[in-house]
Amino acid sequence: MSMSPATQQEFDTQSLFYNRWKSRSLRNSLMNWVSGSIALIACLPLLSLLGMVIYRGSRALSWSSFVELPPAPMQEGGGFGNAMVGTITMVSIAALLAVPSGILTAIFLAFLGPDSKLAEAVRFVARVLSGLPSILAGVFAYAMVVLVMKSYSAFAGGVALAVLMLPIILLTAEQSMRMVQARLIEAAVGMGCTSAQVVRRVLLPTAFPGILTGVLLAVARAAGETAPLLFTALFSNYWLVQEGQLKLAEPTASLAVFIFNFSGSAFDNLVEMAWSGALILVLMILTLNLSAQLLAKKLQR
Amino acid sequence: MPTLTAQPPHAIKPPKTPVRHDPIIECEIRKLYYGDFLAVKNSSLNIEKGKITAFIGPSGCGKSTVLRCMNRLNDIVRGFRLEGRVAMAGQDIYAANVDPVSVRRHIGMVFQQPTPFVMSVYDNVAFGLRINRDKHDLDHRVEQALKSAALWDEVKDKLKKSALSLSGGQQQRLCIARAIATQPQVLLMDEPCSALDPISTRRIEELMVELRKSYTIVIVTHNLHQAMRVADYTAFMYVDKESRSGYLVEYGETDQIFKHPAEEYTRQYVCGHFS
Repeated sequence: MSMSPATQQEFDTQSLFYNRWKSRSLRNSLMNWVSGSIALIACLPLLSLLGMVIYRGSRALSWSSFVELPPAPMQEGGGFGNAMVGTITMVSIAALLAVPSGILTAIFLAFLGPDSKLAEAVRFVARVLSGLPSILAGVFAYAMVVLVMKSYSAFAGGVALAVLMLPIILLTAEQSMRMVQARLIEAAVGMGCTSAQVVRRVLLPTAFPGILTGVLLAVARAAGETAPLLFTALFSNYWLVQEGQLKLAEPTASLAVFIFNFSGSAFDNLVEMAWSGALILVLMILTLNLSAQLLAKKLQR
Repeated sequence: MPTLTAQPPHAIKPPKTPVRHDPIIECEIRKLYYGDFLAVKNSSLNIEKGKITAFIGPSGCGKSTVLRCMNRLNDIVRGFRLEGRVAMAGQDIYAANVDPVSVRRHIGMVFQQPTPFVMSVYDNVAFGLRINRDKHDLDHRVEQALKSAALWDEVKDKLKKSALSLSGGQQQRLCIARAIATQPQVLLMDEPCSALDPISTRRIEELMVELRKSYTIVIVTHNLHQAMRVADYTAFMYVDKESRSGYLVEYGETDQIFKHPAEEYTRQYVCGHFS
């Protein structure tokens, strides 16, 4: 075909205007609507759950909820202060176990031996572990701690939660260390840093926001776990601190198990109490998640 | 294809003013591998003390690789292997009993992209001193380094601010300050201006000429005019078309390399016939 040198055709500006009845416009708006409404529906379970927990939970909530022990059936007042203390204690024990080991492992995976056979193996195990049903973490801690110590305990609960936290911390920490630009590492090596100095002075500070986010997310997840605690910490109607002594080696209450136990009760006041506990647990986890996101944003600028 | 081993500068052309032949680094690279890839071959030259030596040549000719041999930074690249000898002040720095960390503490390095660490301006400059556990008079020496890097006036009121808040040109001068704070024997600069605007580039070039009074500088650059402006000696490297290995074509005084190159390749390159 030869290019005709004929004058250019007149341009029809009408073709530029919207015509919503064209088939491509129809299909476009249909898809937009479908996608938008499904996104909205996807929010429904979460929103209705939150609404329900806030509605039911706030009714019985009072100051005594935080500072008193669980009530007997039909008894007025009471609270779940011991369960809150228990949850915080066990999550702290878990963090104490999982954070240092997770970060040290991540340093190996991201920096010291990223291509080693060992690193490959650890990564594989961590990924498997992160998909582990949480009840198995409970069974593990039951076998390793409860049977050995011959008692349900806060410590056993902490171990079970640590097993769940470890892969999350490890994998997110490795990821954020890998995000540290190679040239920063090179610059530090070029300054004459030993590997340990590179890690302490450049790798960790630079990756800190990401590591912190991972830790907070892991803590948030552990705080809400019920199944592993049923095997390990069980429950208790008493305070963790008795007569000035911290009873880490005895059955310990937690919010999650508190909700589990009391929500099935036949007595209204106990069920109400469980709702309040649920509200507090949700708020704790929500706060952790939000602060993780805020911190990450703020620190990364 | 010319694979010559360039002579030290004084052998190529007798300098007009007598040059004290005083190499601080002797580089004798016979074969340099990354894994199976022969990255640089047959390149030997001496870096003269108290001078600026520039490496020029097309991309992939191994300029940066040679530079990184001088502070053993290639050690952290997987598969790196060197046949040859690199000596600083007469001591082979690849000898088995030489600790690369110690080598790097005597040699400063500035990279293509500014590499400020995630910490304050002050802490960045004090970094090298602190890892050396050399903490006396820290304030004074940080100030001196920043003054030498022509950055003091711009940052003296924000020493505690994050180094990332500085502009690109300021960050690069901060990295220079960080590198010279420990008063290294040699300052290696790997395309230090290629990420900077012309004004920042000019400042860095002025700075290099100023720093030459106290330091030996080796610079890799893509910018021929930059080499002409700042360098006392210039080394031209090129790529073997078949093996993709880089090698040193010619090394001499900057004037001679640009005005009277001995090699045809050099002449074509500096005239802009290929790049």
